[in-house]
Amino acid sequence: MADPEIKSYEPHHESQSAAVTESLPVRLLLMAVAFAFLVIFVLLPLIIVFHEALAKGLGAYTESLSNPDTRSAIRLTLLVAAIAVPLNVVFGISAAWAIAKFEFKGKAFLTTLIDLPFSVSPVISGLVYVLLFGAQGLLGEWLKAHGIQILFAVPGIVLATVFVTFPFVARELIPLMQEQGNGDEEAALSLGANGWQTFWYVTLPNVKWGLLYGVLLCNARSMGEFGAVSVVSGHIRGLTNTMPLHVEILYNEYNAVGAFAVASLLAGLALVTLVLKTLLEMRYGAEIAATRGH
Amino acid sequence: MEVRVANVRKEFERFPALHDVSLDIKSGELIALLGPSGSGKTTLLRLIAGLERPTRGKIFFGDDDASQKSIQERNVGFVFQHYALFRHMTVADNIGFGLKVRHGPSRPPAAEIRRRASELLDLVQLSGLEKRYPAQLSGGQRQRVALARAMAIEPKVLLLDEPFGALDAQVRRELRRWLREIHDRTGHTTVFVTHDQEEALELADRVVVMSQGRIEQVGSADEIYDTPNSPFVYSFIGESSTLPVKVEDGQVWIADRPIGLSAPHAPSGDAVLYFRPHDVELLDGCSGCIAGTVAASRRVAGTRRVELEIGGERQRVEIELPVDHPAAQKSRVAFRPRRWKLFPAA
Repeated sequence: MADPEIKSYEPHHESQSAAVTESLPVRLLLMAVAFAFLVIFVLLPLIIVFHEALAKGLGAYTESLSNPDTRSAIRLTLLVAAIAVPLNVVFGISAAWAIAKFEFKGKAFLTTLIDLPFSVSPVISGLVYVLLFGAQGLLGEWLKAHGIQILFAVPGIVLATVFVTFPFVARELIPLMQEQGNGDEEAALSLGANGWQTFWYVTLPNVKWGLLYGVLLCNARSMGEFGAVSVVSGHIRGLTNTMPLHVEILYNEYNAVGAFAVASLLAGLALVTLVLKTLLEMRYGAEIAATRGH
Repeated sequence: MEVRVANVRKEFERFPALHDVSLDIKSGELIALLGPSGSGKTTLLRLIAGLERPTRGKIFFGDDDASQKSIQERNVGFVFQHYALFRHMTVADNIGFGLKVRHGPSRPPAAEIRRRASELLDLVQLSGLEKRYPAQLSGGQRQRVALARAMAIEPKVLLLDEPFGALDAQVRRELRRWLREIHDRTGHTTVFVTHDQEEALELADRVVVMSQGRIEQVGSADEIYDTPNSPFVYSFIGESSTLPVKVEDGQVWIADRPIGLSAPHAPSGDAVLYFRPHDVELLDGCSGCIAGTVAASRRVAGTRRVELEIGGERQRVEIELPVDHPAAQKSRVAFRPRRWKLFPAA
């Protein structure tokens, strides 16, 4: 509300709320534009995904999902997420702890580095790994001599996914931990707890909802990542194809039902993530509010 | 447990927060670290706790050198300014935390921890609130839980950082009396930090006045108030009035008149006279006194404060008069401080 000082200068606005000055038609128009936009650009495509997937009936849908290559793509995606997410949880917590709880040289640099994957095109992230681990790459010869395959294999896909998704957990936790400060940890230490007990009984419970939220976003992205993974995967069917890559292949082969069936799984994942995210925000909004939005 | 702080210096990134501080705390004593913000009082408390390490100097607990011991090894009870209660734990779990994290045989069984927690809740007069969460407590209740939690580990020393800082005036006074009672009953050596002189003087056995990283004076409330040993303590504790004076032949002079105060041991030259505005003797005639014209007068509760202009330099000084004293209306007032002190002019 307008504070008294402003009121005295503008007596005409006294009876009217300053925030809502638009007339009803204007308000309706604004809302209609917002809804129409979301329906056309978000809801409609989502419906089409499911519509196309089921265009030839439920039988064709389940059949295309039980195709061995599709199954292998689903397994690979789950495997990659199962490796990338825990890694990023560990990394995210350590980075957030370091940045939020103590001072050191290069802290600003580390904070900037954490944001790097957000500001770099995923394709570039993939290319970096090609330059590093490819046959002509920096470590290519050494890897070849030791019989280690990273590029066009599962390790490369995991690396690319880890790179693209590592900011999610860290960025969720840093502002939360900074806001909470060191008080609780100092209290735990003064009561005789060791470092591990302090982390386990005090720090972790204090950030658990923020952490869960970060994990959720990290997981959604690691299952859905296309660009970086596309560069390093090599697109070998049944071996190095993740779900998003498999969708592309099927689509390019005019296998619409197959492509949209896999896509519907990813869309389903997105919906589940969205629902969980909303639930978390509703219940633990205050704790998560400290985070910057993505 | 006695605590001895020996020549401790603490720097934060080369900026000194404490210069060569020494302090002996007797066993069972309740001691206040009093000073304005930035005086180093909280730093000293955190050094005793082990939350900070001294840059130089040592801290002894009894005969043990504790300087290099971690906070866990020192076994101190620390009550934080904002309590730092664990928000996801109940009151009982908060209090039992220090016992729960112990290892091996020193860790009591769960039932014993619960029993200890209830006992301590009784002591801090919060029985029945075991199952509450910190968010469901008032500020004063949180403060009591924080104290109970610190006492649960049977600390050698109890350290409190601005224990009443976040509470309103009413609760403050109540808790002050209550803390004194708890201290008298349990006998813990207790150190608390405060910027509130009333709190320090009322509560503590001895008060340590600090300023700019140094200890200015250590003493009982009476000693600190009645015989401040530096201009800082004089002006920081209670109210003080000052006048620039001159010392000659063991007499105190203002301009060209002696004011009837003899200072046989003071060196000759410029000095500053300090006294309490209420600790003055009003005089009728003036042969050897301070005389001034009333420049302003205001009523303060049961007394009247007048501001006097002294001498040709119109130096202003404040004194206190009884409300019905005729001098309050007179334009000219003569007085002499009863208790006073001279400090060299800065």
